[in-house]
Amino acid sequence: MTEFSFFPIVFYLLAAVTVGSAAGVAFSNNIVYSAFSLMGTLLGAAGLFVLLAADFVAVIQVLIYVGGILVLMLFAVMLTHRVADVRISNRAIGRLPTLLVIAVVGALMGRALATSNWHQVDPAVPTPTTYGIGDGLLTSYVLPFELASVVLLAALIGAVVLSRKELKDESA
Amino acid sequence: MTVGLTHFLTVSLLVFLMGVYCVLTRRNAIGILMGVELILNSANINYLAFSRYSAGGYDGQVFALFVIMLAAAEAAIGLAIVLGIYQTFHTIDVEATETLRG
Repeated sequence: MTEFSFFPIVFYLLAAVTVGSAAGVAFSNNIVYSAFSLMGTLLGAAGLFVLLAADFVAVIQVLIYVGGILVLMLFAVMLTHRVADVRISNRAIGRLPTLLVIAVVGALMGRALATSNWHQVDPAVPTPTTYGIGDGLLTSYVLPFELASVVLLAALIGAVVLSRKELKDESA
Repeated sequence: MTVGLTHFLTVSLLVFLMGVYCVLTRRNAIGILMGVELILNSANINYLAFSRYSAGGYDGQVFALFVIMLAAAEAAIGLAIVLGIYQTFHTIDVEATETLRG
């Protein structure tokens, strides 16, 4: 194993940050606190990506999730709530049945996780991944890569169309 | 006990369960979108963990990038829809938006 000695400590720290913040997202009564907890989860996941030797994906995670999606969500929160009454802005219903569902699903998946005999190889020495990812994107994954650009263009236009005010409403 | 594939999968499972809980109980539309982001993130952790400990190569990382891209598109469209709902109903509580209920 090519592990440095503080690998487990860093892992458990990042795992605690990730799972704890995810719990904050799920259980907080205030949507603003949820949004900031989501930042902890995303950053913790980015740290886990670094531990998994995926440096490029980790950087992209920070850039797009924390820098883009999270800011977008905070904008949406601020635009759709009067800041005065954000105290219980993140109402939750049906907690008990949901906890039951989650317990069952979690038990099933945990059992599958514990009993499965995964095919494992010894992890390679971490190397820069950008060359391999770029190579993959322009050879075996060139069609999904091009489709991604079409999807993003459609999302861009769709978001603009959806969020701008209709002209009919203004003239009426 | 060294940290291996199972540890990362456990973290991913916990994040996934939090995401499902969030999606099922939240009545705030943005809260539901946050739950979806949690679920997508847990999928990404799985992709990268298997890519490192099981498959090798870069396929898992490329897929994780596609997931991040789709999450960005989903968040943009979803939040635009949320803003549209807010303009129409003046709330984003999903229980209030039941105009189509029969």
